[in-house]
Amino acid sequence: MHEPHREHRLAADQPPASTLFEKIWRQHLIVPGDHSLLAIDRIFLHERTGSIALRGLRERGQPVRNRAQVFCTIDHIVDTRPGRGDDTPVPNGRDFIRQTRAAAHEAGIRLFDVTDPDQGIVHVISPELALALPGLTIVCPDSHTCTQGGIGALAWGIGSTEAEHALATGTLRLKKPQTLRVSFDGALSTAVGAKDLCLLLISRHGAAGGSGKVIEFAGSAVRALEIEARLTLCNMATEFSAVSGLIAPDDRTFEYLCERRFAPRGTLWDMALEQWRRLPSDADAVFDQEIRIDSGDLAPMITWGTSPQHAIRVTDRVPDAEHSGSSREAHARALAYMRVAPGEPMTSLRIDAAFIGSCTNGRIADLRSAARILDGRHVAPGVYALCVPGSSAVKRQAEAEGLDRVFKSAGFEWRDAGCSLCFYAGGEDLGLGKRVVSSTNRNFEGRQGPGTRTHIASPATVAASAVRGHIADARTLAP
Amino acid sequence: MTGRPFETLTALAAPLLRDNIDTDTIIPSREIKSVGKHGLAQGLFAGWRYQGAGREPDPQFILNQVPYAQAQILLAGRNFGCGSSREHAVWALCEYGIRAIVAQSFAPIFFENCVNNGLLAAALPAAALHALADAILAAPQLHPLTLDLQHSELRTPSTGAIPFAIDPDARERLLEGLDAIALTLKNIADIDDFHGRDRRLRPWVYLRQCP
Repeated sequence: MHEPHREHRLAADQPPASTLFEKIWRQHLIVPGDHSLLAIDRIFLHERTGSIALRGLRERGQPVRNRAQVFCTIDHIVDTRPGRGDDTPVPNGRDFIRQTRAAAHEAGIRLFDVTDPDQGIVHVISPELALALPGLTIVCPDSHTCTQGGIGALAWGIGSTEAEHALATGTLRLKKPQTLRVSFDGALSTAVGAKDLCLLLISRHGAAGGSGKVIEFAGSAVRALEIEARLTLCNMATEFSAVSGLIAPDDRTFEYLCERRFAPRGTLWDMALEQWRRLPSDADAVFDQEIRIDSGDLAPMITWGTSPQHAIRVTDRVPDAEHSGSSREAHARALAYMRVAPGEPMTSLRIDAAFIGSCTNGRIADLRSAARILDGRHVAPGVYALCVPGSSAVKRQAEAEGLDRVFKSAGFEWRDAGCSLCFYAGGEDLGLGKRVVSSTNRNFEGRQGPGTRTHIASPATVAASAVRGHIADARTLAP
Repeated sequence: MTGRPFETLTALAAPLLRDNIDTDTIIPSREIKSVGKHGLAQGLFAGWRYQGAGREPDPQFILNQVPYAQAQILLAGRNFGCGSSREHAVWALCEYGIRAIVAQSFAPIFFENCVNNGLLAAALPAAALHALADAILAAPQLHPLTLDLQHSELRTPSTGAIPFAIDPDARERLLEGLDAIALTLKNIADIDDFHGRDRRLRPWVYLRQCP
């Protein structure tokens, strides 16, 4: 009975112009303050960090407050070789899986287990199942939670202790972050996409360029992106040291979410849709900072060093210290680790391995883009190549489209869903000193294994490089 | 959830003034061997601290050098703790014996993890940080660092007081060792009110209990 009155009052309280972020923030504000208490709509957990949060809660004798809003998946260290069970090449990996399963059952939360048809990387399955929805607050003890901002949610990574807090109280206490709008304008040419946009941004403004801010990605190039590409763009907000990245929901978003497993139905859908349409930033909303980038002449990007800020065009040469955007010492360290020299053309670097997958680029659109390049071709001799779909649903879809056959005939291993070799957890590795082109998000020293040299790039660039046997410009192989 | 208030600390600081030291570097994933918060000190900075894949200390790494093996404070560059959200990075630092980090800036998730574990993360401008590191490297014994959180300043016998920056709420939580969950549960009536109201305003948010 009081609804209309309340809605009216809330509407009257609205400041004249607000950003998407501010609208979501206000909607979730329970106790305002220097550090406000904010309602959390969804909590995700995985076997690497979530199990510790559940255990911490149990040790306190504290139940999960909103069990129906909490989800858990097994993605990080699960075996991705076919025919898998709980055993994994990661030492003690089975313990993580089994303890997570037991803790999830005990806590009464929904688990997407190893053999569940909806299993997959948390940030891939959440939008896929419409667990992520526009306007929600979503947290997970995983830095790439910001991925889910691509559908218009405020989603961010937290620690295990914060996850305990969110599980116990359904809230988090946080200081309101500043806002940054990054506008990409200019139509993208073929063979470039969201991954190249994020690498360009981070290369220009540094790995700390978005420090502590919430980024809204906007502009004509972003509006034109499909939902999966928007997820890729937001995925790397954390590589920019931002709290999160998000994109205003639009008809494309609503169409993507409609009818998915956990999407609202019937009158609830209509009600949600009406509220979602009011979410986009008002035309005259003011951001704390603005960055504008012309994306019209975007080229495929790739990293040469050991930070995502060490990204250049695939057709460029390894920069000298002066043009590297890093200190002399950091530049020298990166050169030594990567075994590259200033002036060396990126396309002259021979590679040992190619990896396609991860929460950044493990979705069906990513696999299609790589398969277009691989179709009728084969990886170069001596290159170890693997494709790990981001979710079990992505894998099924790819197989229905025959993409698995394209990957396999090209010489790629075709795996089950999971995070796999995006990071080295002590199990499978790519080998000491091996040079890898990878569709993942982090090229840190040792990220994919001790001494492994990682170059991050788009799935198309990974596929082209696998075929050529050296870092390659996908535009030279595009169909 | 700290339970242990941060008191004034006087200790040796090890300068490691690199930018973007990530949590994979602080604790590589391969060093996280069990479900829990312990057994991580050996894996701290494993990729830098040891030679090759074994456990032979690399003499080039500062924490393997006399006197810095005794350091309880780390000095670092910009964006310390970027990358993965793994709280294991903070647990590893604490278990190893590091009690404070003074850096140019911190990645957001890492900073929260520090506060939640009673590890002081204090920010200092680049120039002050470099001057401090130079002084320490020239004569470590003469420059024990005192971190006074009550006054948000650091001191060495030769430099006098230098103010550092820390978020006021984080400072208070560190000083009092407050348990964040217990604190929030004091607001339980507000939380209940909110959810009651929100279920009517946004019923589409709330899912049915899983079977």
